[in-house]
Amino acid sequence: MSNITLRYSSLTKKIVMALAGLFLITFLFVHLTVNLMLLFDPTREMFNAGAHFMVTNPVIQFMQIFLFGGILIHIIFGLILQIQNWMARPVGYKVTGWSHTSPFSKFMIHTGIIILIFLTVHIINFFLKAKTGQVNPIQYGDVEYEDMGLLVVDLFKNGGYVIFYVIAMLLLAFHLHHAFQSAFQSLGLNHSKYTPFIKGLSAVVSIVLGLGFMLIPLVVFFSDKF
Amino acid sequence: MIKLDAKIPEGPLAEKWSRHKRSVKLVNPANKAKLDIILVGTGLTGSAAASSLGELGYNVKAFCFQDSPRRAHSVAAQGGINAAKNYRNDGDSVYRLFYDIIKGGDFRAREANVYRAAEVSNQTIDQLVANGVPFAREYSGYLDNRSFGGVQVSRTFYAKGQTGQQCLLGAYSGLNRQITAGKVTMYPRRDMLDIVIIDGKARGIITRNLVTGEIERHSGHAVVLATGGYGTIYYLSTLALGSNVSAAWAAHKKGALFANPSFIQIHPTSLPQLNDYQCKLTLMSESLRNDGRIWVPKIKGDKRQPNDIPEEDRDYYLERRYPAFGNLVPRDVASRAAKERCDAGFGVGKTGLSVYLDFKDAIKKQGKKAIENKYGNLFEMYHKISGDNPYEVPMRIYPAGHYTMGGLWVDYNLMTTVEGLYAIGEANFSDHGANRLGAGSLMQCSGEGYFILPITIGDYLAGQIKTPRISTDHPEFEVAEKAARDKIKKLMAVNGKQTPTTFHRRLGKIMWDYCGMVRNEEGLKKAAVLVKELEEEFWKDVKVVDTELELNQELEKAGRVADFFGIAKLMIQDALSRKESCGAHFREESQTPDGEAKRIDSEYAYVAAWEYAGDDKPQILHREDLKFENVELKERSYK
Amino acid sequence: MNITLEIWRQKNARSKGKFVTYKLDGVSEEMSFLEMLDYFNKTIVEKGGEPVAFEYDCREGICGCCGLHINGYAHGGAHETTTCELRMTKFKDGDKITIEPWRSRAFPVIKDLIVDRSAFDKILRAGGFITANAGAAPDANAIPIRKVDADEAFDSAVCVGCGACVAACKNSSAMLFVSAKISQFAFLPQGRVEAVQRVQKMVARMDELGFGNCTNTGACEARCPKGIKLTNIARMNREFIGAKLGSQIVRH
Ligand SMILES: Cc1cc2nc3c(=O)[nH]c(=O)nc-3n(C[C@H](O)[C@H](O)[C@H](O)COP(=O)(O)OP(=O)(O)OC[C@H]3O[C@@H](n4cnc5c(N)ncnc54)[C@H](O)[C@@H]3O)c2cc1C
Ligand code: FES
Repeated sequence: MSNITLRYSSLTKKIVMALAGLFLITFLFVHLTVNLMLLFDPTREMFNAGAHFMVTNPVIQFMQIFLFGGILIHIIFGLILQIQNWMARPVGYKVTGWSHTSPFSKFMIHTGIIILIFLTVHIINFFLKAKTGQVNPIQYGDVEYEDMGLLVVDLFKNGGYVIFYVIAMLLLAFHLHHAFQSAFQSLGLNHSKYTPFIKGLSAVVSIVLGLGFMLIPLVVFFSDKF
Repeated sequence: MIKLDAKIPEGPLAEKWSRHKRSVKLVNPANKAKLDIILVGTGLTGSAAASSLGELGYNVKAFCFQDSPRRAHSVAAQGGINAAKNYRNDGDSVYRLFYDIIKGGDFRAREANVYRAAEVSNQTIDQLVANGVPFAREYSGYLDNRSFGGVQVSRTFYAKGQTGQQCLLGAYSGLNRQITAGKVTMYPRRDMLDIVIIDGKARGIITRNLVTGEIERHSGHAVVLATGGYGTIYYLSTLALGSNVSAAWAAHKKGALFANPSFIQIHPTSLPQLNDYQCKLTLMSESLRNDGRIWVPKIKGDKRQPNDIPEEDRDYYLERRYPAFGNLVPRDVASRAAKERCDAGFGVGKTGLSVYLDFKDAIKKQGKKAIENKYGNLFEMYHKISGDNPYEVPMRIYPAGHYTMGGLWVDYNLMTTVEGLYAIGEANFSDHGANRLGAGSLMQCSGEGYFILPITIGDYLAGQIKTPRISTDHPEFEVAEKAARDKIKKLMAVNGKQTPTTFHRRLGKIMWDYCGMVRNEEGLKKAAVLVKELEEEFWKDVKVVDTELELNQELEKAGRVADFFGIAKLMIQDALSRKESCGAHFREESQTPDGEAKRIDSEYAYVAAWEYAGDDKPQILHREDLKFENVELKERSYK
Repeated sequence: MNITLEIWRQKNARSKGKFVTYKLDGVSEEMSFLEMLDYFNKTIVEKGGEPVAFEYDCREGICGCCGLHINGYAHGGAHETTTCELRMTKFKDGDKITIEPWRSRAFPVIKDLIVDRSAFDKILRAGGFITANAGAAPDANAIPIRKVDADEAFDSAVCVGCGACVAACKNSSAMLFVSAKISQFAFLPQGRVEAVQRVQKMVARMDELGFGNCTNTGACEARCPKGIKLTNIARMNREFIGAKLGSQIVRH
């Protein structure tokens, strides 16, 4: 795999990174929507219905292939690009000044790796459990769902986990702050009129997604409704 | 005995070039691939020549001392490039451009060459545009022109203040294409040390690889020099620090005559010397004089800040001396007047070698905005370098050595007096007489490179097709290489105390003082003695760091300074022998009662071409008499 | 003023270099940064030492020869300023100045502060030209070009090839340099003819030479002494996508 990706030109890799990244952002919005359902309905019915839909709907199941493909490609290309970048400067500077340009862009690999760790834990905690039927069922009237919500609430009552989660989401926001507008630049979509707007939008996207995800564990942890 | 033959084609002026083109011998394409051309210098001239010669099918070996052709000093030209396109419908024509150059050169240039330069200028602009040079355009999408250098038509094409850079990069891209095509081999970071002559013909060069220090031999069927000007003789000049005379000087020592060596243009508006460490005088566009007023304090050595000096204590000396033209007097007059004030002790700044160029009145009258629109980028540049804000404090300016009209003597084919050795661009003497008009050099350089040399060189090379590839094992290469090595050894062996730059600075000062803007017999004779003494001191006390086989910038400098001594002596001899004033050459003995330059056509209407006779011997003068058949010799008057 | 210089010294490409610290007295505020180094070298040579090698030619910010990494910044960090345009007024008595060469795998050190930037020439040779033979050109006014396009082409064409973009980029990427040339030609009708091959060839060559990739950080733009814009890189990306997807011309 890496042999093939190495052969792609630097620009092709960047473009693929950008496309995969943008695709992942759309998924994050879907995910956030489902998560927020938990806050609106402490009985967890809404959330569990949403989660059930996500696990069972054939279209979503099909899309999952792309989702994991996207994540994988984003990670592999990101790593290859980063390794090439490190190799491009074998001897570093003794003194490096601080440049105020796009500060988050300097830590994409770091934020990226931490998000990857989070993702792994996250998948083990939720996705695998759901997929392997380790989740207890819950009855709402006639329908029965897996009680994913309980799983979530249990974890979010754990202070250590909440801190871990919140930090990961903060870094996700940093990552996205640069990523969103950067993807447009990589795709060649730069325009004197619209680029400032896209940069603003990038900030908005990162704040909405970051805060949105962060909100849930915080509310669950501090509220006694759950 | 050298006999000068300019080989000017027969026929009416306007037809000479086309007739000549028709009659030069051609080399068939298959044979071109068997011919090697050595091209030293890849500035605008050299890059243009390399791309054309490569396109024609010759094998070109190109050399420059920078790491890339893109850095040659052509890159610094600001104002523009002339062409007789007459896009403005203002009555311009090839003839008018020709006439302006001849007159601007104070009638000391060769008619046929100048006419050809004007003729080719149009093709050159076409070529540069086709190469992607982004010249300024009007809203219509057509090329913009501006009026430049005091002529009455608008014929100057420009790319903001970076015309030279854009032209050079255009030519350089053509050169790059030929490198990719395998027709040109580029040898950057090489200093040419000597020319190899076999049986009277130029057949190769000796170079020093500036990175490894190796001495290398390169051979070819012809050698072309495009090595630029030597205004750095004054040490402080508007030229790049690496600009030098060494290649031309090596050619001269091997038999190429050197023409009008003392014709050096001094530009009036450059940044002054701020301190004794300064190494460079950055050019500030001449256009500033349109709105700025030039003055010095009336009191000798006045130490007050300029803004504290009241009107009555200011001497607007140009307005005083030239009430009709005021601050807009021609370059040479403005330069000489500034020098006169500073020499008399009225100069300003720490060194006393500058005058004020004041925009206070213009700002008051037109508003800061208007001035900013006109000169914003220049003011910024000045601010950056001097640290002073010209909107608030007057600029300080001083004249600086700028352009060498003199150079290797060439005939109509651009061949020097050595067979098979050509000189093009600023390195030759051909087009500008005793004074160059603004925007005329880029025109000449690209014209000769793209269109003239590639044709005229064929005339010679057609006779060389039977000569097999020249071997670098020939004894002449042996001799030249040994001489080059010996010179390096000799420089290193001195092991004195002063750096080459120290000597260069001192030599520059002598030349500036006695063979600069104003010259007289007494001063020149004194300079001759001083230069000789300094040269002797150089060979006793120069310090060159002893790392021969490595990058050694001190050695590079030392080699160049050693050659500057040679050209300095020749400049002095040339200036002494020309007892008239013409163009940039102002002999105090030859002026009108009101202090203007007086040309003496009856005695000096010739090109002074000097033959090398030995290091310590005076050189031998050969005259090429200038015949003016198409223009009338007139006094260059601006009153 | 008196200053301390910490300078990278390296005998040649093969040897290992190291930082050496020097004291320098008698520096004048009026010197340019490079004149300060000239003065420093003079003191070294007069004491019998070996001067520091650094590159320069025009000393007016146009040839692109000079380029030093000064106190952590390419060209010293002043806005749109080359090293040779930097003045000593920016420093004060007692300052310590660390001077390093450009650092990039594609720009190996030749000696002290001089690096080999021929990789830039190589990229341009891959396609940074218009195939127009001398003599073949039509009249210069035959093809009108919108003023805005000519001006944009010019703004991209003012690159001096100093390499500060590569030096400043945390990835040693040359994309600002490459995209500036691609953009210049992209704006001109003369240049469009070969646009499809040009972008592919130049990008391929750039990759071969060991430069890093762009992460759209913008340090290059911030340090470019000539104000070359980041938008050039987007334009190059666009040209590249267009060439890959839209064109039937196969790259060979
Ligand atoms: C500040 C300034 C502004 C100017 N403005 C204008 C203007 O507006 N319009 C105009 O028409 N003209 C202008 N001129 C003049 C014009 O720029 C030059 O005359 C012209 O560019 C010279 O070009 P060239 O190719 O002959 O030489 P250069 O560009 O100087 O090239 C010389 C080449 O020779 C090489 N070389 C030199 N010596 C050696 C050696 N010993 N060994 C190996 N290689 C060597 C160099 O590496 C270089 O490649 C200006 C000049 C200056 C200094
Ligand atoms: S020396 Fe030419 S740009 Fe600095």
